Amino acid sequence: MLTALGAAPFFLYVGVFLLLPIAVLAVEAFRATDPVTFEETWSTASVSAVTEGVYRRAYLGSLQLSLITALLSAVLGLALAVAILRARRGRLLRRLVLTASGVLANFGGIPLAFAFLATIGTAGVVTRLLTETFGIGLGGFSLASMTGLGLVYLYFLIPLMVLTIVPALEALRPQWREASDNLGASGWQYWRHVGGPVLLPPVLGATMLLFASAFAAYATAKALVGSSVPLVTLQIADALSSNVVVGAENLGKALALGMIVVVGLVMAFYAWIQRRTQRWLA
Amino acid sequence: MTALAESVAGAGGVAPENPVRPARRGGGAWRFAVLGLLGLYFLVPIAASVWFTVRDRGTGGFTAEYYTSIPGSDGFAESFTRSLVLAALTVLIALVLMLPTVVLVNLRLPRLRTTVELLTLMPLVVPPIALVVGVRSVLAWAPDYFLDTPLADVFFAIQEPELPWILVFVYVVLALPFVYRALDAGVRGADLRTLTEAARNLGASWPRVLLWVVLPVLRTSVLNAAFLTLALVLGEFTFANILGFETFPTWILRISGSEPQLSVAVSVLSLLVTWLLLLMISALDRRRGTKENP
Repeated sequence: MLTALGAAPFFLYVGVFLLLPIAVLAVEAFRATDPVTFEETWSTASVSAVTEGVYRRAYLGSLQLSLITALLSAVLGLALAVAILRARRGRLLRRLVLTASGVLANFGGIPLAFAFLATIGTAGVVTRLLTETFGIGLGGFSLASMTGLGLVYLYFLIPLMVLTIVPALEALRPQWREASDNLGASGWQYWRHVGGPVLLPPVLGATMLLFASAFAAYATAKALVGSSVPLVTLQIADALSSNVVVGAENLGKALALGMIVVVGLVMAFYAWIQRRTQRWLA
Repeated sequence: MTALAESVAGAGGVAPENPVRPARRGGGAWRFAVLGLLGLYFLVPIAASVWFTVRDRGTGGFTAEYYTSIPGSDGFAESFTRSLVLAALTVLIALVLMLPTVVLVNLRLPRLRTTVELLTLMPLVVPPIALVVGVRSVLAWAPDYFLDTPLADVFFAIQEPELPWILVFVYVVLALPFVYRALDAGVRGADLRTLTEAARNLGASWPRVLLWVVLPVLRTSVLNAAFLTLALVLGEFTFANILGFETFPTWILRISGSEPQLSVAVSVLSLLVTWLLLLMISALDRRRGTKENP
């Protein structure tokens, strides 16, 4: 009984600083404040407002951006991980890439945005170089766009993929490949029937982590685009700092609740896939 | 914050003894394409940032002026010190909270393991901006419902702009996944059960066991967790920005409008700091590795 009390501080802390804010969010998203009398009532106004118009576009924009960047960086990160693990004289290369991945996966947020602004922003080094030598600049490309943001997101998502997937790749035993080679299987057949199925759950899990990272990214977007690109995180910040729109605070809560619901759905999907693949592998 | 998720895969350099598949027939062209292309993608922004900050626009020569002007620039010392203090407090609270929990869960309360694990993973998937909206709503209770009660005073006290304790409290939550994983790996790697039982049989109290047996045995894991938390807090922007406190990252954004070169110079330096922090972690890991398998 007394030992159980030892874990109480942890549960208390998580309850107050993690679960309580989320619960409050879930409840207060359904509250509305009357602009004249300041009376609070139950209402679905905020929640239904965030499924329409500019907020709907923001959700779709965020979903699109994070889905595309997550898939792209999953593929590129996997390719990079396979490339360095297969290297013939690759110990140095492997160390180098893994260390760099550790650093770059942590190099998100504000500094990353400024590194890209210095490179391909309007006054960036590469932009000027291209303008001076070819006279075309970046040909209409702008960092303050979906494509621009995607390009920047890959910078921390690919290293994150490498770091999460390397342990799974290392768990693929060379003997499996040798056995399938000896049985006359082609490379494709090996990946289709042995390597692929074993790697599928960790790859899906990593992709989901990338999606959640990209979906929640705020600092980079804030520094690069202000609010010209429709993204939920930017809309939430706008709603919270707005003194003009009545009930903006509640809108922010509804938007935030929507984000949690999206992530929750993705998690549920992942858990379902995980269960299916595990049954199949067993 | 997203970035720090790397440690989920195990922080620092993961260097396997044997490649997955050594020496294989041909087919390596795509490897060089991938390495070349991604190498370029990752190196160009860093090189360009350095170039951007060392070139003197006026004379066309080189200058270190932007780097030397960082310490004296308006607001730097203040915001950087604040971020360092926040980081130190976060590390302290996270360790005090998690060390006993991890030990207990491993030795005495294995039934709670899944629950604790799930709860510590939650901050990885709950978007920080959603969490901060919730935190703001709770903080708004003070003027709305608790005015003129001691609780309201507490609420206001933790929102002091000089040292916003509320940031420390939520940063501990953000650090949970990394701290838990680092400590848990350490506890599993060491034979803590024997050691703690020996200490208990000799009459040591639980707090004494934690301080004099567990802490020294887990020192590399503890340092690992501390460095990861440090890197996380020094780079955290979302909470500070939405709650309206000035920390190091929000300061960079504020000065960027008037002094673009300075903000890029600070960014380059912060990359360097992250690199140094992680280098220390992997050095620690390697030391532990050699000790365990001589």
